[in-house]
Amino acid sequence: MSTFRTSDKFARQLLRHNGIGRRSMLQGMGIAAVGISFGGLAACSGSETGTASTGEEATLNFYNWDTYIGETTLEDFEASSGIAVNMSLFATNDELFAKLRAGNPGFDVIVPSNDFVERMVQSDLLEPLDHSLIPNMANVDPTFIDVAYDQGRAYSMPYTWLALGIGYRKSKVSSPPDSWKVLFDSNEYANRIALLSEAGDVIRLGAKYLGHSVNEITPEIIAEVEAMMIRQKPFVRTFHEDNGQDLLLSGEVDLVLEYNGDIAQIMLEDDDIDFVIPSEGSQLNSDNLCIPKGAPHPLNAHMFINDLLDAEVGKKITETILYPTPNAAAKALMPPEYSNNPVIFPSADRMAVSEYASYNEALQPLYEEAFTRIRAA
Amino acid sequence: MESWRTAKGMFAAVATVPTLWLIGFFIVPLGIVWLYSFGTNASLTEIEISGTFSNYSRALDPLYLGILWKSILVAAATTVICIVVGFPVALAIVFSSNKWKPWLLLAIMLPFWTNLLIRTYALIAVLRREGYANQSLGWLHDNLGGLLPLVGLPAPGAYEPLELLYNNFAVIFGLVYVHLPFMVLPLYAALDRLDKSLIEASLDLGAGHFRTLLAIVAPLAAPGIISGVIITFVPALGAYLTPDLLGGPDSQMIANVIERQFKRANDWPFGAALSFILMYATFIAIAFQAMKSRQAEARQ
Repeated sequence: MSTFRTSDKFARQLLRHNGIGRRSMLQGMGIAAVGISFGGLAACSGSETGTASTGEEATLNFYNWDTYIGETTLEDFEASSGIAVNMSLFATNDELFAKLRAGNPGFDVIVPSNDFVERMVQSDLLEPLDHSLIPNMANVDPTFIDVAYDQGRAYSMPYTWLALGIGYRKSKVSSPPDSWKVLFDSNEYANRIALLSEAGDVIRLGAKYLGHSVNEITPEIIAEVEAMMIRQKPFVRTFHEDNGQDLLLSGEVDLVLEYNGDIAQIMLEDDDIDFVIPSEGSQLNSDNLCIPKGAPHPLNAHMFINDLLDAEVGKKITETILYPTPNAAAKALMPPEYSNNPVIFPSADRMAVSEYASYNEALQPLYEEAFTRIRAA
Repeated sequence: MESWRTAKGMFAAVATVPTLWLIGFFIVPLGIVWLYSFGTNASLTEIEISGTFSNYSRALDPLYLGILWKSILVAAATTVICIVVGFPVALAIVFSSNKWKPWLLLAIMLPFWTNLLIRTYALIAVLRREGYANQSLGWLHDNLGGLLPLVGLPAPGAYEPLELLYNNFAVIFGLVYVHLPFMVLPLYAALDRLDKSLIEASLDLGAGHFRTLLAIVAPLAAPGIISGVIITFVPALGAYLTPDLLGGPDSQMIANVIERQFKRANDWPFGAALSFILMYATFIAIAFQAMKSRQAEARQ
């Protein structure tokens, strides 16, 4: 669930003067189209025209986030199944949705976040999954099967999940932050705070701080959060494009609203950084494997989703991307530094007060308008 | 050379492809977006063209007009700085030797070969708290500061990094950096055609350098200045990547708001109305300018 996932990774490499790989250079350039990507045939099928064991053409069009797959996953899948995977990349859920709303341009497997799974089901853009073709569903942690956004997993399989929280520099805070107050309602860290530039997330977490569920938000609560954020704005250094981990790592700010997976990555490089899910609880997100309506190779797609849920394959993916995995079998194969990491897997009591935000068509424009007013104030 | 009237077949052959291209990939899509601006969201994915003006009346809310006004101010400041910086650069290239000219022009155009996003990230690396600008200033501060006691002044305190990033200064700086070539190239084209003997005459007849510049060079280069202003101001007005990445909490520009309507808010009709208000404003400005220059010509 990263907005500028491509640029994140790329920028981090650029700013640290590491050698820039050709791959990341090309990926970084790809992002230029971010603002104005109107449909188009992003996924063109490969030249292989052989037939796969599924009886379909031996090819598959996979539409994924950047840096969100294992290093050899696609090659391994091609070796075992004979199906060549063409992966194209999107940078935001909105980009994904905008591309599919006018009709599927040829994608077989996509990776929307939980609220967009709901939104796409409502818009009749997703194909129901045939669970008999996905036996590896048994590897998924049972708590991720009956989720509110897709009861019984009729349309989606969980790929990763993540939680928003506060990433901070230990030496620069008086005490470890344990409440959203430090970000939303206090001048203690004036000009050393960066918030996420996502209207829905900011308003929902503001409501969470004020004691409301992220799924019981009313226009009055939005107005209340808006007033609080306008009061807080002079103390906020910037609204970041999901590159908060870079701002924290480079010393630009000392507290940042970010996803646990992103902070876990930079904690490997800097001991002085930590992450907390505040006591009020937070908002959880999950990215999911889905098959869009009109997919040219639905059987290959089921086979591919089943492969990604395999324990060994899941382990290799997790080793690369370091996000929390909902795949219990893959997690069991991971070293304890990962599976016991309190940042990647927050404590049970904080998880208990955290929630998935469901998609609410009526509120979304209100979030955006409130956010525009906050930014303009 | 034959007039196109006598070679209609040839003209048609040459003009058909660009005309179809323009209609198919510019006029038609733009027309669809224009129709969207009179539409309402029928469902998550469908827009009904209902002929409503509600998108426009919402877009004329003081909130959005305020953001539009702020964007105009930012774009205007960018354009003015580009003229002030770009004019001497263009003059320098015009008066450089023929051996150097192509190299200097290449240096101006070189940034175009680099992706905008990469250039913006490079600016972040320069401007941020521990970036190159602050490192250099800090180095000067520490080294020169050590000399102060020698001349009897108290030693300065520790270097406090300047806040160069995530504010409106950074946005304008970034926009100037990106748009400067758009200003320099038309200025260069206009100045290069200038009859240099007029400048010599002006200097011979007793005008100073500055007066020559203002009274002789600037009016003669006016077409270049105007096209430079337009192709700098218009894209700067629609900038969204620069304020997104370099701006602070209050640096949103109108294009950021439009982008959010098409993406996060999924409200294409309103986004279309906002885009077209921006476009109407641009058209009016250009038409006004054209009218003014025609009046000026008529007076001569």
